[in-house]
Amino acid sequence: MTATSTVDTHCPYCALQCGMGLRPTAGGTVEVVERDFPVNKGALCGKGRTAPGVLLAEGVRLTGPLVRSGATGELEPASWGAALDRVAEGLVRVRAGHGADAVGVFGGGGLTNEKAYALGKFARVVLKTSQIDYNGRFCMSSAAAAHQRAFGLDRGLPFPVADIARTGCVILVGSNLADTMPPALRYLTELKANGGKLIVVDPRRTRTAEQADLHLQPRPGTDLALALGLLHLVVAEGLVDEAFVEERTHGWPEARAAAMAHWPELVERITGVPVPALREAVRLFCGTPEGMVLTARGPEQQAKGTDTVGAWINLCLATGRAGRPRSGYGCLTGQGNGQGGREHGQKADQLPGYRKLDDPAARAHVAGVWGVDPDDLPGPGRSAYELLDALGRDVKGLLLMGSNPVVSAPRAAHITERIAALDFLAVCDVVLSETAAMADVVLPVTQWAEETGTVTNLEGRVLLRRKAIDPPDGVRSDLYVLNVLAAHLGWEKGFATNPEEVFDELRRASAGGPADYSGITYRRIAEEEGVFWPCPADSHPGTPRLFLDRFATPDGRARFVPVMHRPSAEEPDAEYPLYLTTGRVLAQYQSGAQTRRVAELNAAAPGPFVQLHPQLADRLGVADGEPVAVTSRRGRAVAPARVSRGIRPDTVFMPFHWPGEGRANTLTNPALDPASRMPEFKVCAVRVERAQA
Amino acid sequence: MRIVVVGAGMAGARLTGQLAPCGGVEVTVVGEEPYAPYNRVLLAEVLAGRYQADVIRLPDAARGAVRRGVRAVRVDRAERVVVCDDGTVVPYDRLVLATGSNAVLPPLRGLFAEGRGELPGGVHAFRTMEDCLALSGAVRAGARAVVVGGGLLGVSAARALAARGAQVVLAQQGEHLMERHLDQAAGQLLRAHLASLGVEVHTECRVRGLHHATGAGRPVRSVELADGYRLDAELVVLACGVRPRVGLAQSAGLDVAKGIVVDDELRTSDPYVHAIGDCSQHDGVVYGLAGAATEQADALARVLTRNGRNYRGTRALTRLTLNGPQAMDIAAFGETTAMPGDDVLRLADATRGTYRKVVTRGDRLVGGILLGELATVGELARAWEGDEPLPDRASPLHLLTDNGGS
Repeated sequence: MTATSTVDTHCPYCALQCGMGLRPTAGGTVEVVERDFPVNKGALCGKGRTAPGVLLAEGVRLTGPLVRSGATGELEPASWGAALDRVAEGLVRVRAGHGADAVGVFGGGGLTNEKAYALGKFARVVLKTSQIDYNGRFCMSSAAAAHQRAFGLDRGLPFPVADIARTGCVILVGSNLADTMPPALRYLTELKANGGKLIVVDPRRTRTAEQADLHLQPRPGTDLALALGLLHLVVAEGLVDEAFVEERTHGWPEARAAAMAHWPELVERITGVPVPALREAVRLFCGTPEGMVLTARGPEQQAKGTDTVGAWINLCLATGRAGRPRSGYGCLTGQGNGQGGREHGQKADQLPGYRKLDDPAARAHVAGVWGVDPDDLPGPGRSAYELLDALGRDVKGLLLMGSNPVVSAPRAAHITERIAALDFLAVCDVVLSETAAMADVVLPVTQWAEETGTVTNLEGRVLLRRKAIDPPDGVRSDLYVLNVLAAHLGWEKGFATNPEEVFDELRRASAGGPADYSGITYRRIAEEEGVFWPCPADSHPGTPRLFLDRFATPDGRARFVPVMHRPSAEEPDAEYPLYLTTGRVLAQYQSGAQTRRVAELNAAAPGPFVQLHPQLADRLGVADGEPVAVTSRRGRAVAPARVSRGIRPDTVFMPFHWPGEGRANTLTNPALDPASRMPEFKVCAVRVERAQA
Repeated sequence: MRIVVVGAGMAGARLTGQLAPCGGVEVTVVGEEPYAPYNRVLLAEVLAGRYQADVIRLPDAARGAVRRGVRAVRVDRAERVVVCDDGTVVPYDRLVLATGSNAVLPPLRGLFAEGRGELPGGVHAFRTMEDCLALSGAVRAGARAVVVGGGLLGVSAARALAARGAQVVLAQQGEHLMERHLDQAAGQLLRAHLASLGVEVHTECRVRGLHHATGAGRPVRSVELADGYRLDAELVVLACGVRPRVGLAQSAGLDVAKGIVVDDELRTSDPYVHAIGDCSQHDGVVYGLAGAATEQADALARVLTRNGRNYRGTRALTRLTLNGPQAMDIAAFGETTAMPGDDVLRLADATRGTYRKVVTRGDRLVGGILLGELATVGELARAWEGDEPLPDRASPLHLLTDNGGS
C-alpha cells in the first residue's frame, strides 16, 4: 500500500453509510477525502469527517488487553494470550457452574455482517446458549416487527434513498435526520425543489421540522392515534385506493373499523394536533399520486411501537402508496449496520438470512452449513432488555461486543447494577467505554479503517468497508477473538479470521432465506456500488426496489393489521406531571463512546441538557443554562436547562449520549412492546425542578 | 368474572374492547339495537352522505357473546341476574349499565296521535342509526326540511341535510345558536356560516305544533311557530337534547338523579353494578359526550381489572366540525359569556370569519371559544384539562395564538 493511495470505504457511524475515501497519512492515521457514492454524493457530516480522531489519539484508543487484577481490583495491562485464557476460563466456569444458558452474549448494530454472523454462530454452536441479543433491539425492532407483519419481510427502505427526492409527498415520523443523518437531508431538499411536500411529525420543532411544509407536533406517545386519525379522514374524504386494497391487500374492513373509532376530534383530544392540521396533512399526502411514510425512533421506541408503525403502514396501504414506484413505507434505521446486524443471527430469535430460530427448516439449513445437529441448536432467548435485566441472576457471565449499555439501556442505573452483579464480564471494544470499564477482561479490537468487512445500510444495500491502515500494535479483530475462544472451547475449525471467508459462509447460510445474500460477493459489491438484497444468485442483479409485483407474504398480498390507540405505559400524573422524550444531537452518536472522544465534536456538543419551553421554565423559575433536576420513577438526572420554543410546554427533551449525572437513560422506562420487545425510550413521566448549582 | 354489559353503544363497545385482551373475564353484551355497534359521533356524516352506514361500525372487539336485538327488561340484584325480553336470564358477577340516552321529544301539538307512540311521517329524532337511515332515505334535493333545535345536534343535522340538497330551516327558541357553548358573537358567525351553506336560521323562534295529513303514516305538512306562522315541511328533525335512560336502574332501586349516580369507580349504589356513558352521572355531571363515555369505559376497564387509576371526571372541549367545501371548526368549553369582574381576551377577524376568546376569573380559566382558527386548540385543551392557576405574569394570549406568550 503506498502512502498516497486512497481506499474507498464507508463512514463508521449511522445507517446511511456514506461513501468516503481514506488516504493514509505519514502519521499512521488517515485523512478523509470525498468520494462520489450514490447515497451521499460526496457529502459527509461532522461526525464522518472527524472519524479518524478515534483511531489513534493519545489516551483514546485501547492498544492492549486489560485484565482485572485479583490483587488490586483494577484493570491492568495483560498479554493477548493471558487475556483470552482468562475469558475462556471465565465463560467455562460459569457454564460449568450454572449451565449453558447462564452465559450470555450481547452484540451491537455497529458490528459488520461478518462479526454479527460469527458472534451468533459462536453463541449457538460453541457456547450453546440461547441467551444472545444485541442493542439493535433498542433501535428499529418495532419497525422490523411491523414490516414482517404487514409485508412478510423486513428491509428498512423498500427503495433506494434517492427515490425520496422523486416522490410527491413524504410524511416523516419521529425523525430528526437533519441532526442524526445530515447527508440524507439533501433528499428532502431535493424533494421540495421538485415540488414535493414534506410533513414532519415530531413533538419538537427540530431542524428537520423547520424544513417541513406542515409540522404536526403531537404529545409524545400519541402518533398511533395520529396515524389512525389521518386514515379516518382518508376514508371520510373518499381517498381510499379501492382497487389497490382489493387486489393487493388483506384485512381492510377490520383496519378501517379501527380507524373509524378514532374520529378526528377524538384524535385532536388525544394528540393535541388540531383537526384542520389533520385535514391539511391528508390533503398534502393524497394530493399527489405518489407518497411515502418514513419512520424513525420516535414512533418505534414505544411500548406500542409495532402497532404505531402498523398504523402508518395502514395509511400507506389504504392509499395505495406501497408496492409501487416512488411510494411506500420505510424505516430510517439508526445504527451503521442496524440492517445487516438484524439479519444474521445475533438477535435472540433469529438465524442467518433473517431465518426464524423456531422454524425447523431454517434450523436444519443453518445447522447443515455449520456442520452440527439441528437439535443441538438452542431455541429463542431473551430480548435485549430482558437479557440485561437477568444479569447476575439467571445469566452470570457475559461476552459483550460493540455496545455500551451503561449509557444506552433504559433504566440505566438498574442495568449498571445488574452488570456489576455478573460473575464474569468480557468486553470487546475500541475504547474503554463506561461498560468496558466494569469488565473483568477488556479486549481491544479493530475498527472501521483498520479492517475489512461488509455492512448493510438502511436501503438494504450491502456495502464493503475496506481496510486502509494497519491497527495499532496490540489490537486484534473480533473475528480473531472468536476464533481463539472457539479453539479454547473445543472448536478448532469453523471460525475463520479472514472476513471474506466468513462472508462466503454467511452467503451459504443465508441462501434461500428472506435476506438472501448468496449471490453477493466482495467483488460485486465493489463493482456495482453495493448490492441490494435479496440477491439469490451470482447472475441476479439484486433488488433495489421491493414489492413492486408482490409482497413477501405467502399469498403476495400485504396485510392490514387492525390497531387501536392506547396510552403510553407511563402517562403524566400529579407526581410526575411532564413527558420526557429523548434523542440525539448533531455532533454526538449513540452512547458517545466514539464521538465523546473527538475534540471537535465535544466542542460542538460538550454535554447533556434539558430542553424545555419558556412557559415551563417560567413556571419553574429556571433560566437558560441553570441546572435542573429531572426525576422519574427510576431515578434522577441533572443537566443545564436549554430554554427553547421548539418543544411542547408539557414535554422536556434530553439527549442520551452522556454517562454520569446527566444520563438521560437513568430516567427512561423499560416497558416493552409485546411484539418487538422494544423499550419505551421515547416517553415517560417526569418531574422537573431547579437543582442546586 | 362474568361481566354483563347492558347496552352496545359506544361506551359498552369500548368497554368490551378494552376487556377483550384481559384474562379471567367473560363478557356478555345485551344490546337492544339491531345494528352492530357503531360510532354515534359520525351519524351526521352518514346523513350528509360522507360515509356509508356500515363504515362507521365500531371494531368488533367484543370477544364475549353479543346478544343483539335483545332488551334487558329487569335486573334482579338479589339474584344477580338480568332478565331479557326473550325470556333468557343472564347471571353476572358485575353488571355494567351502558344504556345511553334517549332523544327528548318536545311537547308539540300534533306530535303524537291519540293514544299512539308513533311520530308523524317525516318527523324524526336524530339519535340512532335508525333515525339516521330513515332521514337519509327520505331526504332528496329540494326537500323542505325543518330542524327544531339549535344546539350542537341541530346544527349538525341542518348542515348534513343541506349537504344533501335539502332546503333547510333551523328553528331555535334561544337567542343564538349553540347557546350552551357559544356566546352571541360566535353564534352569529356560526349562523353566517350556516347561511352560506343554504340553511335559514330562525332564532328566538319557538315551535308549538306540527300539522300533518290524516291517513296512513300521517305525513307531516308543516311546522307551526309560536306566532302562528307555518313553515312548510316534508321532513322535521327534532334535535331538542337527550335524556339519560335510567328506567332499568330506577326499577332496580339504584340511586338515580338526572343519571345513574356513580362514584370514582363508576360504581352505582350497588357495588356489583356499574354505569358508564350517557346514562351515568358522576360528581353531579351527566356528560352526554362520546369522549367522556370513552374515558369512563377505559377507567372502568382499569377498575375491573384492578389496573390503574380511577375515573376523575372529564374536562373536554366541546368540538364541532362542519364539513363542506369550506370546513368550519368550533371548539368551546366552560362559561363563554363573562360574568361581572371576569377578564375577557377576544380576537375577532371579521374578514376571515374567525373568533377566539378566553374568559378568566382570578387566576383561573373559566371558558373559551375557538371558531374558525384552531391552531391553539391543543394548548387550550391542556390548560382547561389541567385546571391549574394561570401564570401571573404572562397574558393568556398564548392560548389564542401561536405567536402569543413568551
